[in-house]
Amino acid sequence: MLMRISVFKWAQRISLSAWIGIVLLTMHLVMAACATWLAPYVPTAIDTNNMYQSPSMLHVFGTDRYGRDILSRVIYGGQFALFISMVSAVLSVMIGSIIGVIAAYVGGFFDEVTMRVIDAIISIPGILLLLVIVTGLGTGTSVIIFAMVLSYMPGVVRVIRATAQEYVTRDFILAARLRGERVKNIVWVELMPNIRDVLLVEFAMRASWIVLSVSGLSFLGFGVNPPTPDWGLMINENRSVLVLSPWGTIFPMIAVATLVVSLNLVSDEVAKMFGIDRGVRR
Amino acid sequence: MNKHLLDVDRLTIGFPNVDNVLNHVVRDVSLHIEPGARIGVVGESGCGKSTLAYAMLGMIRGTGVRVHGSITYDGAQLFEMTPAELQRLRGVGIALVPQNAGQSLAPHHTVYQQIAEVLDIHHHMQSDAAWHRVVQLLGEMRLRNPEQVARRYPHQLSGGQQQRVALAMALAAKPSVLVLDEPTTGLDVTTQAQLLALLQELTNDTQMAIVLVSHDLGVIAHTCQQVVVMYAGEVVETGETERVFRQPYHPYTRGLIAAMPQLSADGLPQAMMGQMNTSVNRAQCVFRERCDFAQSDCATPPPLRFVEDARAVRCHHWQDVSARSNRATESPIVLEELRTDDVAPILELRHVSATYQQPSWRWWMRATPNLVVSQVDISLAQGQTCAVVGESGSGKSTLARVITGLHQPADGEVYLAQSLLPTIATRRSDEQRRRIQLVFQNPDLSLNPRHTVAELLYRPQAVFFGRSRAEAQSHSITMLERMRLDEQYLSRFPQQLSGGEKQRVAIARAFLAEPDVVVCDEVVSALDVSVQAALLSLLVEIQQLRKTAYLFIAHDLAVVRAIAHTVVVLFAGHVCESGSTKHVFANPHHPYTMELLRAVLTIPPRVLQTRGEHSVEKTPHTTGGCAFQSRCPIAIHQCTHIVPPWQKASEHHSYRCHHPSDVLIQLRSQLSLPTTEE
Repeated sequence: MLMRISVFKWAQRISLSAWIGIVLLTMHLVMAACATWLAPYVPTAIDTNNMYQSPSMLHVFGTDRYGRDILSRVIYGGQFALFISMVSAVLSVMIGSIIGVIAAYVGGFFDEVTMRVIDAIISIPGILLLLVIVTGLGTGTSVIIFAMVLSYMPGVVRVIRATAQEYVTRDFILAARLRGERVKNIVWVELMPNIRDVLLVEFAMRASWIVLSVSGLSFLGFGVNPPTPDWGLMINENRSVLVLSPWGTIFPMIAVATLVVSLNLVSDEVAKMFGIDRGVRR
Repeated sequence: MNKHLLDVDRLTIGFPNVDNVLNHVVRDVSLHIEPGARIGVVGESGCGKSTLAYAMLGMIRGTGVRVHGSITYDGAQLFEMTPAELQRLRGVGIALVPQNAGQSLAPHHTVYQQIAEVLDIHHHMQSDAAWHRVVQLLGEMRLRNPEQVARRYPHQLSGGQQQRVALAMALAAKPSVLVLDEPTTGLDVTTQAQLLALLQELTNDTQMAIVLVSHDLGVIAHTCQQVVVMYAGEVVETGETERVFRQPYHPYTRGLIAAMPQLSADGLPQAMMGQMNTSVNRAQCVFRERCDFAQSDCATPPPLRFVEDARAVRCHHWQDVSARSNRATESPIVLEELRTDDVAPILELRHVSATYQQPSWRWWMRATPNLVVSQVDISLAQGQTCAVVGESGSGKSTLARVITGLHQPADGEVYLAQSLLPTIATRRSDEQRRRIQLVFQNPDLSLNPRHTVAELLYRPQAVFFGRSRAEAQSHSITMLERMRLDEQYLSRFPQQLSGGEKQRVAIARAFLAEPDVVVCDEVVSALDVSVQAALLSLLVEIQQLRKTAYLFIAHDLAVVRAIAHTVVVLFAGHVCESGSTKHVFANPHHPYTMELLRAVLTIPPRVLQTRGEHSVEKTPHTTGGCAFQSRCPIAIHQCTHIVPPWQKASEHHSYRCHHPSDVLIQLRSQLSLPTTEE
C-alpha cells in the first residue's frame, strides 16, 4: 500500500522531459527485446525488385540497396548497441567504483599509483584508444566490451573516488574502525550505501556515451560484420546514396539519437532526484 | 505613534507546507528600536530568531514565503524598497554581522578588499583613503598589526580574528542599527569574552542600536539592556534583561534559565519537558505541551499583555510563574561523591605526549616535533567523571584520539584496568576496544546517514557480541528506552531526528558495547541549553546504573562543574591544574584556570575586562619554561626557562606554577571571578 502511494507520488513529481526519456527508453528496450515479433520482414532478406524504395504502406521506412526493409533492420539494429553498452556500462561502473572506493579508503601510495595510471589512460583520446585496442585484438564482442570498459572506467574511478573521499574522513568511518570492523565491512556496509546514488547516475551517463561509441565503431567498420543489421553499419552502408535515397541513413540516425537522448534525460532526472550536482564530467 | 529608528510591526513570516497550510516561522512580532538601544533576541534553534534578524535587513529567503506586517526604517517600508534602495540601506542604515564569519567572508579576497568594497559602495572612498580607513577600523577592533591583517586572506586568520573582521566590515559604513546573528557561537570562552567586551566598548557612547540574536542567555545578559524571548516564532516575553532573567514571568524563560548550567550552583541543570515542534498547534498556547503551569484555560492562546512598564508576557498564569522562585525544585539526579579511597583506576594515562608530525623519509629535514599533548597524566576511577577543559587547540581531542587508539602517542602509556593498552586500535583486542567507547562531538558526522537507527545500533552488537539482528533488536529497544526514545525510532534515518535525538542515538550506540570507559568529545556543545540539560541528566543516570567512567572533554566550564568529579585544565597540551572539580573551581590556583573562569558568562552579568587581541595569544612557548608565560599576567623571569613544578593546593588539588600560593590568591582577588559558592 505504502509502496503504491510512493510510486504514484513519484510519478506525479517527475518532469515532462523525464517522461519523454522514460517513454523513449522503454520503446528502445521493447524494440530490442521483441525484435522477432515486431519486425515485419526478415532483416537480412534481399528483395532485388524493391531496391531504394521510399516509405510506403508496404515498407514503412523504405528499403535499402538490396531491397531490405529498413524498419526491420532498425528494429534489429539496436540489439547489438544496447547489449554492448549495457554490459560495458555495468562493468565499468562496477570495476570503477571498487577501484575508486578502495583508492579513497586506503589512500597513500596505492591511491597515488592508481590515480596516475587512471590519469594516463584518460590522457589518451577516447576514439584513438578504442581503435588501437580493436585493431590490435580484433573485432570480437568481448574485445569491444573490453575496449569500452577500459576507456570509460577511469572516469568512474575519478568520480567515485572523489565522492568516497568526502565520506572517508567522516566520524562514522572512524567509529567503524574503532569497533574493529574489517575493511570489507567498512567499504560495503559503511561507504557503499552513501555512494550508490552517484553510481546509478554514473551508470546512466556512461551507458549513453557508450551507445555513441559503439555506433561510431560500427560505422568505422569495427563492429559487427555486414549482413547483420546494426545502426552504425547501416549509416555507413547507405551514406553513399544519401542524396538519392536518404531513408537508409536517416532512420538509424534517429534511432541512435533517440536512444542517447532518452538515456541522458533519464540520468538527468535520476541525478535531480538524488540531488547530485552534475557538472561536465569525463 | 512616536517615531522609532526601526519598527517591526506585527511581522508574520510563513512558508506554505505540502497541504498549502501556512507554517509560521515568525508570528505577529512587533519590535521598536530606538537609537542606542541594545536588544537581545533569545530562543532555542528553530524559534525564528535568525529569520527575524534577516528580515530586519529586508532579506527574506525561501520560495513561496508569505509575509504580513511591516518593517519600517526611518519612515520607509523595507519590503516595498527596490533592490537598489535596499542595497543603499544595508551597510549605512542597517548592517549585519553574520554567524560564523569564517564562512561568510569571501575566501579569495583579502580583508582589505572586502572592507574597502563597503567603503567604495557607500562612501565612494578609494585607494589611499580607503586603506587608511580599513587599517583604522581594524585597529579599533583591537587587532594586533592591523596593516598585516588587512593584507591577509580570511583563512589565514583565527576564528576570533575573523569575527573581528566581520564586525569591522559591518561598522565600516557607520550603520545606525547593527544586527548580530550568533556573533560568538563557536568561539572559545576567552575569545568570546574579549569580543563581547569589545562590542560593549565600541557601542557604549554611540547612538548605534544593536539587535543581538543568540541562543546563549549569558551573551544576552552581558550585552543587552532589553531582551525578547521567542518560542515557536512568537514573542513570549520581553522586558529589561536584568529583571527578566532575575524574575521570569513566562514558563519558557524560566525553563531556559533553569536549563543553563551555573557555576554558582551544585547539581545538574534542569531540562524542560519535550521539545519544540515545528508544527505547533496555534489554536492553543504554543508552549502548552511543555509547560509545568498549564491549565485548562491554556487551550486559548494567550495575548501578549503588558504587565509592567516595558515588560510584556504571553501567558495566562504569569503571576503563578513569577511567584515561584527561579530554581524551585532540586534536580532529582545527584552526582555521586568523589571517590577518595585508593581504588585502582580503570583508565590511567602516564606521561602521554603526542605530535602531529608525519614521519618523513627526508630524515635530514626533520624538524623538532611540535607537541600537541605533553606529558599528561590522568587517572580515572570506575563510575567517575574526569573532565578535560581548555580552549580549542589545547590538545583535548588529540587526547581522546590517543586513548581510543586512533592516534599513536609519541611517548607515554595508556592503562586500562592496570593492563597496558597497545597504542593503535587495530592492535588492541576486541575486548579492549569494546571497553573503551568514543562519542563524537557532531552526530551528523558520526552516524552513517544511510543507516537506520536499528542498523546503527546493531553494528557494535554484531562486532562485539556476535548477536543476530533479531537478538540485537531487543537490546537496542531497551537502550533506546533508557535514552528516552522508543521503538519507533528503530526504522528512522539520522536526518529524521533532531540534534538531541541524534546525539542520544550516538550515546546509545556507545553503551550497547557495555564499555567501562566512555570518552565524550564535546558531546553537548552543539546542542540547545534545554536539550543539553536533558542529555547531561541522561549521562549521569546511565553512569550510576552501569558504573561507567567518563572522560568528558568540554570547553564549557559550567557544564564541567555540573557533571565532573575531577577536572584537568589543559593549555597547549600541558596540564596546568588538576584535581577535584569542587576544589579547582572554588579555589583556582593557576592563572590560566582563573582566566577561563573569568570568561564564563554568568547571570547576573559581571564586568568583562577589555583587553586587546594580543592577550589571547594561542601559540605556546616551546623554547622551554612555562607554556603559559606569554599570556600570564604575573610571569616572572623564572617562567621563561624553568618548567614550573607541581604544587599541592590541597589533598585532591594540584597545579603547576612557580608562584607560591599567596601570590596566586592575591591575583585571584584582583580578577572578578564568578563565585562558585553562594
